[in-house]
Formats: sequence, structure tokens, C-alpha cells
Amino acid sequence: MSRLQAESVTLAYDRRVIAEDLSVAIPDHSFTVIVGPNACGKSTLLRALSRMLKPSAGSVLLDGQAIGSYPAKKVARTLGLLPQSSVAPDGITVADLVARGRYPHQGLLRQWSNEDERIVQESMEATRVAELADRHVDELSGGQRQRVWIAMALAQRTPLLLLDEPTTYLDIQHQIEVLDLCAELHEEQGRTLVAVLHDLNHAARYATHLIAMRDGKVVAEGAPNDIVTAELVARVFGLSCEIIDDPQTGTPLVVPAARQARRGRKEAAAEVAEPVSVEAIGEAAVAATGPTAA
Amino acid sequence: MNVVRTPGGFSVRVAPRAVLAVLLLAAAALAASVALIGTGDYPLTPAEVVRTLTGGGTPAQEFIVDDLRLPRVLVALLVGAALALAGAVFQSVSRNPLGSPDVLGIAQGSTVGALSVIVLFQGTPTAVSGGALAGGLLAGAAIYLLAWQKGVHGQRFVLVGIGMTAILTSVVGYLLTQADLNDATRATTWMVGSLNGRDWKQVWPLLAVCAVLAPVVLSQGRDLRMLEMGDDTAYALGVRVERTRLVSLTAAVLLTAAATAAAGPIAFVALSAPQVARRITGSPGPCLTAAACTGAALLVTADWASQHLFGADRLPVGVLTGMLGGCYLLWLLHTERRAGRG
Repeated sequence: MSRLQAESVTLAYDRRVIAEDLSVAIPDHSFTVIVGPNACGKSTLLRALSRMLKPSAGSVLLDGQAIGSYPAKKVARTLGLLPQSSVAPDGITVADLVARGRYPHQGLLRQWSNEDERIVQESMEATRVAELADRHVDELSGGQRQRVWIAMALAQRTPLLLLDEPTTYLDIQHQIEVLDLCAELHEEQGRTLVAVLHDLNHAARYATHLIAMRDGKVVAEGAPNDIVTAELVARVFGLSCEIIDDPQTGTPLVVPAARQARRGRKEAAAEVAEPVSVEAIGEAAVAATGPTAA
Repeated sequence: MNVVRTPGGFSVRVAPRAVLAVLLLAAAALAASVALIGTGDYPLTPAEVVRTLTGGGTPAQEFIVDDLRLPRVLVALLVGAALALAGAVFQSVSRNPLGSPDVLGIAQGSTVGALSVIVLFQGTPTAVSGGALAGGLLAGAAIYLLAWQKGVHGQRFVLVGIGMTAILTSVVGYLLTQADLNDATRATTWMVGSLNGRDWKQVWPLLAVCAVLAPVVLSQGRDLRMLEMGDDTAYALGVRVERTRLVSLTAAVLLTAAATAAAGPIAFVALSAPQVARRITGSPGPCLTAAACTGAALLVTADWASQHLFGADRLPVGVLTGMLGGCYLLWLLHTERRAGRG
């Protein structure tokens, strides 16, 4: 079942078409990660799913209805988004910023209920920023700040949460911290998470459902263990590599081929252009090691 | 932050410091008003002023207070509050402390409107006010339409506004060269912004505009605060981004135009009052009520100071607010540079 899906949408900024006839369904209670090279349309798809970008054709459906047909606050109670660029107002404290996540649940008269108070506290505890509650956001480290923004999105209490490159600009330990947090939210609170990530290894490790995109099309989707193959990486990123088991988690780990080895295989990788089905890639993973099976 | 809750489900968060600041600012505005009413060729003590206002004065005092000085003070309070509210909205939408209506061309639009009436038609004071109102509204509409690009965004809004200011300033220069000496003098006097000789005829329309629009602007305060986190974040939280901007900017343009129609383009109140209020209340985001109180207090105090320092009606209040505002602006730029943000 999918509460959130895009049905043959065409996504464009002005006249520049990013994706045409694109269909994606986000499995409920999954941690879905969208990967793909720069400019493949992954962030654009996330914008469309979160109603920031209106598709020029097709529609994004939330619970079976066009997402644009709901009142703004109603969507904001079902679907949260952590955008790439957020500005913390000058001099705001952590607690005040997180409290702003309660906006879609508030009205002119009911501006701060007991429930608001409790949920803000819970959100700060879940993201381990409760002890920073009275600090100013602008004096925090990048990792702490990102956790505060996630806390704000959590305070929104939405069953669906979309994150646009939540680990960009963070050090490696903060990247893992943020991803661990996402995994916890997914496992312990049963939320559906959708994230755009740059790092394929992070994606393979944390995602329960992976969507690989290239040139505005979905090349493959499914569980990372089923779909991440050397063939897929070559197809999506144009990179020849070896896939080994992550020694920690057993998930696929992408090891790029050495420079000399890559030269010889570059041409072969470039020949592969047609998208293939998940099954075909799955079979390919079993049957072959090279990019020739499809 | 403290919380106020009633059994009926009403709940609101209040910052004690902001509430205290608003009360003190309102008290300061009232105290300055009483002092201003008592100031003039026929001085009154604060006690006499209060007694007269509550209906216990002599007929002479009543004439001076009710007919001569009270309307002037009311105009000052309303103009100060209206400009400050408009400034707070403009600065919030443009995400720029310098993005106030007198920098972004609204006041210049009013000036062109008023000067056109003075120079081209030798109009009555009422017609001049009408021209100022229309000019401000036209400038506001033009800026909004030119800055529109799938929504109005901070940077573009500021640049379009500054371009508009440049154009309108040169139109003002052209109108002045076309005027005969009488009209030019009248125009220059109008352009400084003054409260001299304001009576009940200016109070009522301004009061009506403020009574309607101030609640509109205040109702947008929460959404404006959300907008300062970036369009995407506000949108994700369910704020109707473009509607909030359109409603609050329209109200702000109307407030600026009405204030300018009543008192001329009084400099820097719109720019400085919201910034002062923000620093006094220590609150993140625009604090609209505090800004309005600051603006009212600022203008009345400036008028009182100019009468005390330079004698009654010698120096139009716009000169003094311009001077104070200019110093304040330099201080703001200086501190922002030290904080690494300028």
C-alpha cells in the first residue's frame, strides 16, 4: 500500500523538463531512499511529492487524492518535509524553533496546548537535543543544527516524512548520526521516511526501499540487497565498480574500480542505456558479473 | 516563554520580556503624548493636560487641547504606528533590515503623487493627500508585479524596490524643475514630512485605515514569523506562503500610503522602529505590536524634541526623524559589520 505516490507526472521548471511520465509509489512504513547522479531529478521528485512543485502533467496522490486539493495545513499534518535550505531566524532558541513544527496543529485560539508542549519535548528527546533547548540555534555545530531541524519536522507529527539531502555538508560522524536517527524513527515510530541521499553506500545500508534514478527516469527500485549490482551502478552512475558485502551489516557496499581497471570498462558501461526491470537486474546479479546481461 | 491557557481551549505562548516591552513602550508613547500636548506657546502641565482630556479643563484649555493639539498628537501616534507596522512587514518579507517602504519606493511613489497634484494641478491639501495615497498604492502594485516570479522573493523584491526608488526620485526632481517658486516651496515643505497644523480632518481617515488594517497585519504575524525560515520550510509546515505575503504587503502599502498622505514622507520611522522593537523585546522574528508602539513613541518624542529644541513649528518633525534615523542606521551597519554580517 502507498499513501503517497506520483502518477505519470511531468516535472518541469518553467520550460525545462526534468522528468516525463514518471511514476513512483512510496511503500508505507518503508525507509525509502532516492539515489542518482546530480541533475537526475531526485530532488525535483521529492519537491513534487511534497507539493512544492506542481507537476505540469499527471498528479501526486496522497491517500488517493490529488495532494494539491487538500488545505495546506491538512497536508502539513500528514506529510513533513525537511528542505535543503532552512534559515534559523536570528537569535531563536532550539526549543522555540522546534516548537514551530507545531504550526499545522495550531489555530488562532489554540496556540499552545499541553499536547504541543509534550510533543516538542518528546521530539527534542528523540533527536537528543533536549539538553540544548535553551541554546541559540546559531551557536550550534552543523550536526546539532541538523538534529534540531529534524526535531522540528518530528514535532509536526506526520506519518510521512521527506528529507532532502539531510546529510549534505555534514562531517562523516554527523552523517551517520543523522542516518541512525532516521533509522530509529523508521523502526521505533513506524513512520514512512523518504530521503534523497548522495552516498550510495549510506543508501544501501539504511534504506529498506531504494529508488535509483537517472535522467528523470526510475532505473530500478526495490530492496538494496536485491537491486544494487555492479551493473546497476554502471547504468545509473556510469561508474564501474565491485559490490561486496558490507562487513558490518551485510548490505551491498560499492567499491569503485581502480583507475586503470576503469579505463578499459568505461566503454562497455557507456553502451548500457535502456532501463530494465527490477527482475531483470535481479537476475543479472545472479547470472552475471559484467554489464552485458541486459 | 510562559503559557496562558483557559478552560475553553484557548492557549497562547507569551514571552514575559516582550509583554513588558510592549507595556513600557505604550506607556512611553502616552507619556510623550501628554508632554507634547502640554508643549507650545501656551504651556500646560501634564496634570492640566490629563484633567482637560478627561473633561475637567477650562474652556480655554479645552479649546487648546481638544481642537489644536490633540489631533496633531493623534496623527503623530497613528502615523508612527502605521509606518512602523508597514516597516516590520516589509523587512520581514524582504528578509532584509534595510527593506523598509521608504527605501523600496512606496514613500517615493506617494511623493510623486503628491507633487504631481501640487505642481501640475495646484491642488488643495485634500487633493494632495489623495495624490500621495494613489501614488503610494501604484508604486506598491508596480513593485509587486515586477518582483513577481513564481512568488515574490527577498532579494528580487529589494532590487526592484531600489530600482523603483531611483526612477521615482528622478521624477520628483523633474517635477520640481517644472514648478514655479510658490509650488516648489510648497512641494519641498510637503516632502520633509511634518505634523504642523494637523487637525481632525487628517485624524479620522487615518484612524479608519489603521482600525481596519492594523488587525489584518497583526493576524499575519505568526505566518510572517514562519516565512522567515525560508519559503520551503514555511510551505512544508502548511503556511500559505504567497497569500500571506500578498495580504501583509497590501496592508503595509496601504498603511504607508495613508500615513504619508496625512503627514508627508516622514523619514526612517519605518526603517528603525521595527529594528529597535526587535532589540528591546529580544524576540526572533517581527514583533508587530512592539514595533507599532515603538513607532508611535518615536514619532511623538521626535515631535516633542523638535519643538523643545528649536521652538514651535520651526523644524518639521521629518528633519529630526531623518537625523535620528540616519544616525541609527549607521550604528546598525556598524554593529552588523562587527558581528560579521554586514
